[in-house]
Amino acid sequence: MEYVVLVITAILIKNILLAEYLGNCPFIGTSKKMSTAIGMGMAVIFTIALAGALTWAIQKYALNPLNLGYLQTIVFILVIAALVQLVEFFLKKSVPPLYKALGIFLPLITTNCAVLGIAVLNIRRDYNFLEMLVFSIAGSTGFSLALILMTGIRERYEITDIPRPLQGTAISLITAGLMAMAFLGFSGVDTALKALQ
Amino acid sequence: MSYWKEFIKGVWEHNPQLVVGLGFCPTLAITTSLSNALWMTLSTAFVLVCSNVLISLIRGIAHSHLRIPLYITIIATFVTIVDLSLNAYQPAVYRSLGIFIPLIVVNCITLGRAEEFAQKNSVIRSLLDGAGMGLGFGLTLIVLSFFREVLGANQLFGYTLIRGMEPAAVMILAPGAFFTLGLMLWAMNTINSRRRSK
Repeated sequence: MEYVVLVITAILIKNILLAEYLGNCPFIGTSKKMSTAIGMGMAVIFTIALAGALTWAIQKYALNPLNLGYLQTIVFILVIAALVQLVEFFLKKSVPPLYKALGIFLPLITTNCAVLGIAVLNIRRDYNFLEMLVFSIAGSTGFSLALILMTGIRERYEITDIPRPLQGTAISLITAGLMAMAFLGFSGVDTALKALQ
Repeated sequence: MSYWKEFIKGVWEHNPQLVVGLGFCPTLAITTSLSNALWMTLSTAFVLVCSNVLISLIRGIAHSHLRIPLYITIIATFVTIVDLSLNAYQPAVYRSLGIFIPLIVVNCITLGRAEEFAQKNSVIRSLLDGAGMGLGFGLTLIVLSFFREVLGANQLFGYTLIRGMEPAAVMILAPGAFFTLGLMLWAMNTINSRRRSK
């Protein structure tokens, strides 16, 4: 039950994009075409799950025992950058179809703040291994969900007559605002679920 | 390009968020109050200026294959300096900015300026570029947080403005951030297109 609450909170109530404000650059940048959005979403879930586990292990078994907590930012971002490169090489060699689908998004993910954001949140919220894994996957699923929903809306804007100054990023931000408002409707679900216990 | 133009381009012509479209996350997240915006501006500008200067200094030495990890390490080092100093001297600010201090590392503006500008230009130009971009980034934060704090909390720098007025709480929440930034972008595009047609 505890994990159900965690999943629902991460996907719907505290959506990483629409409530925690993480990963907005790719949200605006890659939400023009559905195929791109789905590719990006999958690549993000994959990378965040891996990066979350790896950074968590490094923090617990290397930085904490050695009292190197202050190196967190530097170590995490380098680990994420190296991991993204490794995943890219690995997919290119061993799973070419997957690489074809996700390849171009991988380099972009290094600077997706959702990756570092979730890695840091895992540590700051003091999650254990299972909670960390659940939160990483649910958080990135929330990102993909919002991204795909947004793309569905933006594809329709293509055939709509929008005033020129509003086109592109401006209307996307206002759309994101409306989506965030809709997602606010989920707040309170977690307390209700907890009360059920 | 003159030094002045190099500095001032970040404010309007190449404004990081409104024109280049980078750095949305901190812009949306921490603009709930003006003081947050000012501290974020200071932190980001410090990282931008320092990393730009250092990267410009080593621009002949850095190997092109290894430049990105090198730049990331340099930026992360300055971010760590900011992170630790704020934690030590301004704990309240540190708490309210939360994870967005370490996230300056992945604020695409810093790496973007390193890659696009500092590695090709002289130290003085890189310094001015960093300062100008920091200022442009900060001005967007300040305008955005002004509207959000006034409308969403009925406050300015924490002081209540109109006694007895119920603020529109949605402006402090996420939707307000997206709306205000979207409207700012709209206003900017309108002004720019008017200017061009003249």
